[in-house]
Amino acid sequence: MAFDKMELRDIEVWDGNFAAAQALRQSQVDVVAAYPITPSTPIVEGYAKFTSDGYVEGEFVMVESEHAAMSACIGAAAAGGRVATATSSQGFALMVETLYQASGMRLPIVLNVVNRALAAPLNVNGDHSDMYLGRDSGWIQLDAYCPQDAYDLNFVAFRVSEDHDVRLPCMVHQDGFMTSHTAQGVHTLTDDKAYGFVGDFKPMNDMLDFEHPVTHGVQTEEDWHFEHKARQHNDLMTKVMPKIQAAFDDFEKLSGRKYNIVEKYDMDDADVCVVCLGTSVETAREVATEMRAEGIKAGVVGIRVIRPFPFLEIAEALKGVKAIAALDRSSPNGTVGMLFNEIAGSLFNTDTKAMLSGYVYGLGGRDLTKAHLVALFKELQANIDAGKVTTPLQQFIGVRGPKLAYL
Amino acid sequence: MAKKGWDEFEIGAMLRTFDGKIDDIAGTRQEDREYSQNSSYTASVADWRLIKPVFNKDYCIDCQFCWIYCPDVSIISRDKKLIGVDMDHCKGCGICVEVCPTNPKSLLMFPEQADEETEIANWPKKDEEEA
Repeated sequence: MAFDKMELRDIEVWDGNFAAAQALRQSQVDVVAAYPITPSTPIVEGYAKFTSDGYVEGEFVMVESEHAAMSACIGAAAAGGRVATATSSQGFALMVETLYQASGMRLPIVLNVVNRALAAPLNVNGDHSDMYLGRDSGWIQLDAYCPQDAYDLNFVAFRVSEDHDVRLPCMVHQDGFMTSHTAQGVHTLTDDKAYGFVGDFKPMNDMLDFEHPVTHGVQTEEDWHFEHKARQHNDLMTKVMPKIQAAFDDFEKLSGRKYNIVEKYDMDDADVCVVCLGTSVETAREVATEMRAEGIKAGVVGIRVIRPFPFLEIAEALKGVKAIAALDRSSPNGTVGMLFNEIAGSLFNTDTKAMLSGYVYGLGGRDLTKAHLVALFKELQANIDAGKVTTPLQQFIGVRGPKLAYL
Repeated sequence: MAKKGWDEFEIGAMLRTFDGKIDDIAGTRQEDREYSQNSSYTASVADWRLIKPVFNKDYCIDCQFCWIYCPDVSIISRDKKLIGVDMDHCKGCGICVEVCPTNPKSLLMFPEQADEETEIANWPKKDEEEA
C-alpha cells in the first residue's frame, strides 16, 4: 500500500459531505469522475484533495458535464475498478440517461446523491425531487438521515454493490444542506477497519482482463431485451435485500451501530405513525416522543432502503397501526406522492386496514417544523377518534396562501 | 442459437468474443479463430448492401490502403497480397474505392446484382491526366 494513512479521532466533527468524502478515501476508490454541483461539491473536492495529498491511490477525472462524469464512471467500472462519484439535482437529471446504462450493464458504482430541488424555479436547497427521479433507474437506493449515516452507508453501498451476486450500482442519498452542510459528531472507523469491511475490489468480466475479452454494452432487440430486464428486476427483488441485511449485521459487529432496512421508532404499540425519508425522520422521532407524553401513541417509520422497495418490511412495521401519514418531499405534479403509492401498495392485500393520508412538504428546502408535525399527529389521532378519514387524501404542509388539499 | 430463459445467461449485457483460449489471437487468421456464437463474425450482414465493391487484381499494387481503411475489416489480405473482399461483412460503403490510388482503380462499386466477370471485362480505361 503506497498511500498514507490518516489518524482520525474517535469522534470527528464532520458535515455529511466530508463524511462521504472520508468514506470514499477509506474505501480506496480507484476512479472518481465528477462534475461539481451544489450541494455535493465538497464530496469530490474532498476526494480530490485526499488523492493529491497522497492518501488515496486513485484517479480523479475531470470531465465537462455530469453526463460525461457518469459515462466515465461506467467506463472505469467496466474496465474493472472501484468507482464512485457524487451529484445533485440538475446534475443528477443530466446523468439519468447513463444511470440506466450503469444498472443494465450491472456495474458496481456508488453515487452519492445530495438531494436538492429540481428547477424551475432554480433552487439550491434540499428536497427529494432528484431522489424520486432516479427511482426507476434500476439502482439500489440507500437513504442517510445524518452525517453519521452518510459515512456508514457508503461502506455498505460498496460492499453490496460489488458483491458478485448483486453487481448493481448503488446511490447513497443525503439531504442537501441539512445533512450535507450541517456538522455533527461522527463516530469514525480506523482506515484498516473500514477498508477491511469493504474488502478488496474483486473484478468480474472486466475489460482489462486480456485473457477473456468481453464486449460490454451490446444491443438487444425484442428477442433479448425483456429477458435482461427481467433478470435485473429479479436480482433486485430477491438478492439485494438479504445482502443489505447481511452487510448491516456485519457493520453492527464492526462498529456497534445498528441499521435496518426499515427504521422503526416507537412502533410496538403505535396507533398513529408517520412514514418519511431523510432528515425529517429525526424531527418526527422527537415529535413522536413528545406526543407520547400527551397520550397520543405515536410512532415513526423511516425507510432506509428506497429501492428495492421493502414491501414486506413496511407491511410488517405498519401492522396494527390505525392511521398512517406518508410524507413526500417532492412535488407529485398531478398524482399522489410516491411514498403514498408504495405504502398503499404494501398494505393493500394485508390485514392492516389503516387510514392512509398523504402529505407534501418541504419543497425547495422549506422547513418542516415540529409544530407542523404536532398538528399532523393530532390530525391522525382525530381520524382514529372519528373512526373515519376526516381529512382530504392529499394535503400540503407549510405552503403560503389558501389551504391546499385534494381528493 | 437456442433461445435461453431470463435466468440462463451471464448478467450485465456483455458478450464474449471467443470461446476458450486466446493465446496469440493476433497471429491467428480470422477463419481459424474460435469465435463464440455471439461474435458478429458468424453473422452475415450481406443483405445490408445495395452496391458492392468488385476487385480487379490486374491493376492492384498491394499498397494495403483499402485493407487499413475498411471499417468492417472486410478486405482479405494474405502475405501482404490483396486477394478479395469478405462479402459476408462488407456493407458496401465504398471507402476502399475512395482510397484506392491506382489508375484506373483496382476496386469499383457496382450494383449488388451485377456480374463480376462481365464488369471486370469492361473495366474502365486509364484516366488521362489533364494537361
